[in-house]
Amino acid sequence: MLEVKNIHSGYGPVQVLFGVSLSVNASEILCLLGRNGAGKTTIMKSIMGLVPITRGSVSLEGQPLHSLPTHRVPRMGVGYIPQGRRLFPELTVSENIEMGLMVRNEGADTRDWVLDLFPRLKDRLRQQAGTLSGGEQQMLATARALCVRPKVLLLDEPTEGLQPSMIEQIRQVVVRMKQEGIAIVLVEQRVDAVLSIADKVTFVENGKDVQTIGAADLRDDPELLRSRLGV
Amino acid sequence: MTRFSKADALHLGILAMLVIAFFVLPTYHVGAVSRIMVLAVYAIGLNLLFGYTGLLSLGHAMFFAAGMYGFGLAIKFMAAPVLLAFVLALIAAAALSLVVGLLALRTAGVAFMIVTLMFAQTAYLVVLYFGEFTRGDEGFVLQQAERLLLGFDVTSETGRYFVAFSVFAICFLGFARLVQTPFGKRLIAIRENEERARMLGYDVGRYKLLALIVSGTISGCAGALYALLFGYVGATFASVQYSILPLLWVLLGGAGTTIGPLIGVMFMFYLIDASSAYTNSYMLIAGLVLVLLTMFAPKGIAGILRLRVMPWLP
Repeated sequence: MLEVKNIHSGYGPVQVLFGVSLSVNASEILCLLGRNGAGKTTIMKSIMGLVPITRGSVSLEGQPLHSLPTHRVPRMGVGYIPQGRRLFPELTVSENIEMGLMVRNEGADTRDWVLDLFPRLKDRLRQQAGTLSGGEQQMLATARALCVRPKVLLLDEPTEGLQPSMIEQIRQVVVRMKQEGIAIVLVEQRVDAVLSIADKVTFVENGKDVQTIGAADLRDDPELLRSRLGV
Repeated sequence: MTRFSKADALHLGILAMLVIAFFVLPTYHVGAVSRIMVLAVYAIGLNLLFGYTGLLSLGHAMFFAAGMYGFGLAIKFMAAPVLLAFVLALIAAAALSLVVGLLALRTAGVAFMIVTLMFAQTAYLVVLYFGEFTRGDEGFVLQQAERLLLGFDVTSETGRYFVAFSVFAICFLGFARLVQTPFGKRLIAIRENEERARMLGYDVGRYKLLALIVSGTISGCAGALYALLFGYVGATFASVQYSILPLLWVLLGGAGTTIGPLIGVMFMFYLIDASSAYTNSYMLIAGLVLVLLTMFAPKGIAGILRLRVMPWLP
């Protein structure tokens, strides 16, 4: 479904990625693991077109994404929830969701679908998004990204700064999205939070993908985690 | 009552009060409110760009002047009928907004402020340079006979008030509706978080350009209306002062609110009017009040109202 082939990218003269390749299929969760500064977030931004790719390609179901302007990538079916959530804080919960729905003129059925995924948001529809708790903001950011009915969802550290009960809710939603056929790329620092739900793991080091293995194999080999991540 | 009907009721109530004001206010204040309504149209134009889209222009006087000169020159040199001159003025303001937008929107933040300021200074200098046609600083007067709107004399107190009221009402209600449409919501999203709006799938550049064109055209409409109702076209209206004034009105009234521009213009007008009755140093008093308002009501008068009593205010 999503195919990233040998991408090189960076910020101005500073190159960050040196040939990253990865792929993720429908109903599959790919987790990117790596130390701080390894290039995980830059991979996501490169897929979205926020960081220009100098070499390589990104395609979704065979359609090239790397040649499109940033605003066209979500319309092709890629949802991105960046680190730090980034809502429209002065708009209400309902209006934030509406902003997501308007991108592809999705209707009430999509709105009901995302609110079913996050029933907690139903009670907060008239509340200003900036006044939500951290966990609720993460839910809203995820709900809004789902409003474009993405085929692929990119999640950058969705559990950052959340309490354990909220982490569990986010985890359950990710699993449910996988069951609904969405391909998921997940960046996460909390290895324990993702290993149990991931299908495969790609280790990123110094702007390169150094190893991709099945999550089950990694669970059986804690030594590999120690050698790659030092944890 | 729904949120929309409350807002609609407020907007219609304000318009009703303006109609009543004509019949109950003394002559001096009727003239003042006519001027306030024209300037409020200008402030509405800036409010769309600054208050709703988050783009701070320091050069809106060029759009006001484009409308004013578009109207005035069409009458003076083409002997155009008022309506045609008005349409030409709107086209001039829209065209200038398009050109300025295509260039200035390549920048953002402080750079955008500086670039718009520079464009406005250029426009001001162009007006002076072509003094043969524009009469430069001195400006020119449009005669009463040249200002007949479909045979209707707009120079009388009644005519001036109700033409100003009609254009203000159209802009006010149209603007209030516009910011509630999907287009308006997208502008607010861009103001709140431009990068996130882009990542969500919106063509941010296109929306910002559209906002600038609509904003510039409304400002140009105010410029043309000013020339029509007050019969004077001059370079002062293209100067930097007329770029800063609407910003003050919008900030005082409440940026990003539908009623803020009218409140801001009215407040500032009467503040200067009242303080000048007591002292020649009236700007000192006006300045002090502005400082106090900025300290204690940074969201402006309507912003505070929205925060405290009218959360439904669009």
